[in-house]
Amino acid sequence: MSFQRTFAIVLRQFYLIRGSLSRVFPIFAWIAVDMILWGFLTRYLNTIASPGFNFVPALLGAVLLWDFFIRIMQGITMAFLEDVWSRNFLNIFAAPLLLSEYVGGLILSSIATSLVGLGVMIVIATTCFKLSFFVYGLAVLPFLFVLFLFGIALGIFGSALVLRFGPASEWFIWPLPALISPFAGVLYPVSTLPHWMQFVSRFLPPSYVFEGLRAIVSGGTASGMGLAGGGCLAAGYILLAYVFFTKVYKNALRTGLIARYSAENLG
Amino acid sequence: MKEMLSIKGLRKVYGDTVAVEDISFEVRTDEIVGLLGPNGAGKTTTLNMVLGVLEPDAGTIQIEGLDIAKSRSQAIARTNFAAAYTPLPGNLTVSENLRVFGLLYEVKNLSMRIDELLKQFDLEVFRNKKCGVLSSGEQTRVSLAKAMLNDPHLLLLDEPTASLDPAIAREIRTGIRQFAKKGTSGVLWTSHNMYEVEAICDRVLFLSHGKILLEGDPKRLPAEHGKKTLEELFIAVAREPLTLGMG
Repeated sequence: MSFQRTFAIVLRQFYLIRGSLSRVFPIFAWIAVDMILWGFLTRYLNTIASPGFNFVPALLGAVLLWDFFIRIMQGITMAFLEDVWSRNFLNIFAAPLLLSEYVGGLILSSIATSLVGLGVMIVIATTCFKLSFFVYGLAVLPFLFVLFLFGIALGIFGSALVLRFGPASEWFIWPLPALISPFAGVLYPVSTLPHWMQFVSRFLPPSYVFEGLRAIVSGGTASGMGLAGGGCLAAGYILLAYVFFTKVYKNALRTGLIARYSAENLG
Repeated sequence: MKEMLSIKGLRKVYGDTVAVEDISFEVRTDEIVGLLGPNGAGKTTTLNMVLGVLEPDAGTIQIEGLDIAKSRSQAIARTNFAAAYTPLPGNLTVSENLRVFGLLYEVKNLSMRIDELLKQFDLEVFRNKKCGVLSSGEQTRVSLAKAMLNDPHLLLLDEPTASLDPAIAREIRTGIRQFAKKGTSGVLWTSHNMYEVEAICDRVLFLSHGKILLEGDPKRLPAEHGKKTLEELFIAVAREPLTLGMG
């Protein structure tokens, strides 16, 4: 592994973001809108619900964590899509770059952009809507960590889909978080779901995070075992996603897709 | 002269189409080898396999003795390429592109190397211009500058002068000739411009239907096959490969 080559991928992303307002804006704009929308909704719910329960840490906190997960995933796929949009695969993959260095560069780029997004969300949620992270205690760290790992896994998986099915298939990856969210119990307990959906949610690391978050808000504690299980599951998904990406890449080398990527699907 | 590229028994099949069939050749230091042939003959497929972006179905590719199938990254680090159809990302400036690719090829003293290349390819004035706003000729010069970043031991050029005006094309040819004559590098060059090939290549390989049909000195080869010019020979290869010994 060469740090220099990994850094090249990060630097490329930095240059692109630095030189383009249309890339800077989405890093924080939509999540800021989300914070404001959910902030006012939780404030309203606090006025009509029975006194004693605070919706801010339960709902706004959950939305903040979910948006962080989406930012991590999209940070990876956006960095990957830059190579798709600029038809840069031949230049990139004809260099001595290893696949692990390329994926490592995508992950580091995503960490940088997601931390900016997380910072903006925290500022809005704490200053405008009085969300305090002290409510969650140290459990906020495993919450973020599990979502971070799962975001990486889904980002790598989404990139592999685009590599496999061609540039037009980017529309496969945008709805992925929305498809997962009903099963992950972001805004409601998993027990609300029908049995088959509860079964699916067991395999989704975010469901352990949001169950833990609700447990803390209700005065209990987050399940350490649950969070550890969610973390292991997410780490396993990273491994699976990387294996899938590698298989798709090797198939693309065999079929000539890398060299002729703009031709989309070569069958 | 040292072997920079050694290809043995290379074969690539797409479905029912044999793109490259059992070809073998070498490129040595001090040498510019022209890979010629009509469209679809297998030139770009061969270059893509040498670049490691296309996996052969059979055969071996060694770059300075390193097998690309076993030591891809180390082997590819000794190469670089420029192709008329593969410009660098248009959304980065010339210097940003050169810096990113310089890091990918782990070029030492990168800032100094970028300055040298900007001067060599007359690109200083475009240093902070986005590549996408440059003319096709200017973009080709940026691609060539990128191809020279790591002072490659094997330089692969796919129609590198296709979009250049004659004056710039001649300068580029002279520069590449000087590069090859330094004694540390070999060049594999594809072109459809037979006058250019005759002027610059030490040896040519004619590909047709994925096979090497003819090989030799571009200045003598036409006469050896009863043709007046290399262009005539090219047309004969494209239209009547069987009369030239194929099959």
